[in-house]
Amino acid sequence: MKGADVLAMLHALLAQGVQMTVILLLAPLLTGYVRKVKARLQRRRGPDLVQPYRDLRRLLGKEAVIADNASWLFRVAPYFVFAATWVAAALIPTFAANLMFSWSGDLIAITALLGSARFALALAGMDIGTAFGGIGASREVMIASIAEPAMLMIVFSVALIAGSTQLSTVAEYMLSGAAGIRVSLAMALIALLVVAIAENGRVPVDNPATHLELTMVHEAMVLEYSGRHLAMIEWAASLKLMLYISMIACIFIPIGLAGDTNSPLGNAVGVTSWIAKMAVLGAALGVAETAVAKMRVFRVPNYLGAALMLGLLGVLLLFVSQGM
Amino acid sequence: MSHGLSFDIAHMLAGGLVLVSFLMLYQDRLLALLHVLSLHAVVLALSVAWQAWIQDAPHLFITAALALGFKAILIPMVLRRMVFQMGIHREIETVGGIGLTMLAGIALVALSLEVMLPVTSDVDPVAREDIALALSVVMIGMLMMVTRRNALSQVVGFMSLENGIILAATGARGMPLVVEISVAFSILIALIVIGVFLFRIREQFDTIDVEALDRSRGGQE
Repeated sequence: MKGADVLAMLHALLAQGVQMTVILLLAPLLTGYVRKVKARLQRRRGPDLVQPYRDLRRLLGKEAVIADNASWLFRVAPYFVFAATWVAAALIPTFAANLMFSWSGDLIAITALLGSARFALALAGMDIGTAFGGIGASREVMIASIAEPAMLMIVFSVALIAGSTQLSTVAEYMLSGAAGIRVSLAMALIALLVVAIAENGRVPVDNPATHLELTMVHEAMVLEYSGRHLAMIEWAASLKLMLYISMIACIFIPIGLAGDTNSPLGNAVGVTSWIAKMAVLGAALGVAETAVAKMRVFRVPNYLGAALMLGLLGVLLLFVSQGM
Repeated sequence: MSHGLSFDIAHMLAGGLVLVSFLMLYQDRLLALLHVLSLHAVVLALSVAWQAWIQDAPHLFITAALALGFKAILIPMVLRRMVFQMGIHREIETVGGIGLTMLAGIALVALSLEVMLPVTSDVDPVAREDIALALSVVMIGMLMMVTRRNALSQVVGFMSLENGIILAATGARGMPLVVEISVAFSILIALIVIGVFLFRIREQFDTIDVEALDRSRGGQE
């Protein structure tokens, strides 16, 4: 291998590493930001933007209390969830497309990674055998059983339009403006928003700040976790929120996304526009969460069913328009 | 495969009409249902107006205006007044399994595409697609009439079905203006007849739930 090749590879590796670190470090900030927006809308002062970091530091320093009858699964699950979510988040093109690992940045792979993280967490929720863990796990799986097919439908409609399931390719296709006006794309966007809200346990489906056991889904599942385990799970939840918002930004508003990491100007524009998009979408999430009330758990299948239906309809319409 | 912008917009509007039909299927509150009905007619009017623009057929603008005036404003307003007069504006209809109904709707859309696309293979793509999607709107309207028990939502289903027919007629060029106007007025007549009927049903049975009709006919529970 020539020197230039090695240098190029190092550069690519560095870019990928920067992207992975940035998304990891900024994820709690986004969570804090959404909380702050919500608090301001409710005329509260709200916690500091950096409060999630303080929480994480405190949790990491604390001893982890583990139930006597917990198996190894309970101890391993937080790390697995964190790792799977981090890898999935690292595959999303945030500020630049065509990173080193972007060949594996496949929408189906990302869905699968998130699915296995959820599976591990649901198992861990049932592992210690408390009632709340079981309730949380079964509700989470119920939500997932509709949210994941809906997600796949969205992936199919995006893939049918862009001709690839790779996020980098999709983003570049969208950026080129060749997609035109497509009703299926709008349907996919709405379905993706619905799925993202359900997957992240945001308000109409689940309340991330709730302490009322009867309505909890995600919080009920992780009720028994403490210390560094809880820190891993909370961090993974922030990462997942960041992942979904970045994914929506990268598919539907890829403006400013750098084509590669070679030009410093492109990178700067990419980072700035990415942060701006995060701020806008995070604020929108805060407003949406303030505006709606949490729905009953048994209404969630209807809500997600609508997303599934939108996805299916979008795919059907695409087949029509492409079949001619 | 790429088509021109005119095709894309026609596709978007016709697809939007199918989408609003699904919204209608999803909605179980009467007043919200009437809002969706107006939205349906607005999308139809836009779609017809776009057809008028790309087909260069000015008489279609009249159709669009009729759709907007009668179906988006007048009919929902009249139905809304009926709802308030009957005092059922807070009523939530129990629809048997929204998810199942939605799936049936998707199946109907697939069916109508499957039926229409091969039959019309040598027609202009815009018209072809409009006809296929219009058939889906008609089917969903029928599904709505079958699955609802409240007579008022059945009327809404009927109105949306009629919107599908208008869409098909504008896609296939050459529907004379006379026919369109007479169809529009026949809908108004239908509305009056339906209104009288609804009040009669209500007088007789104290409800507009069509189950009551079944019972009085001697049907089994």
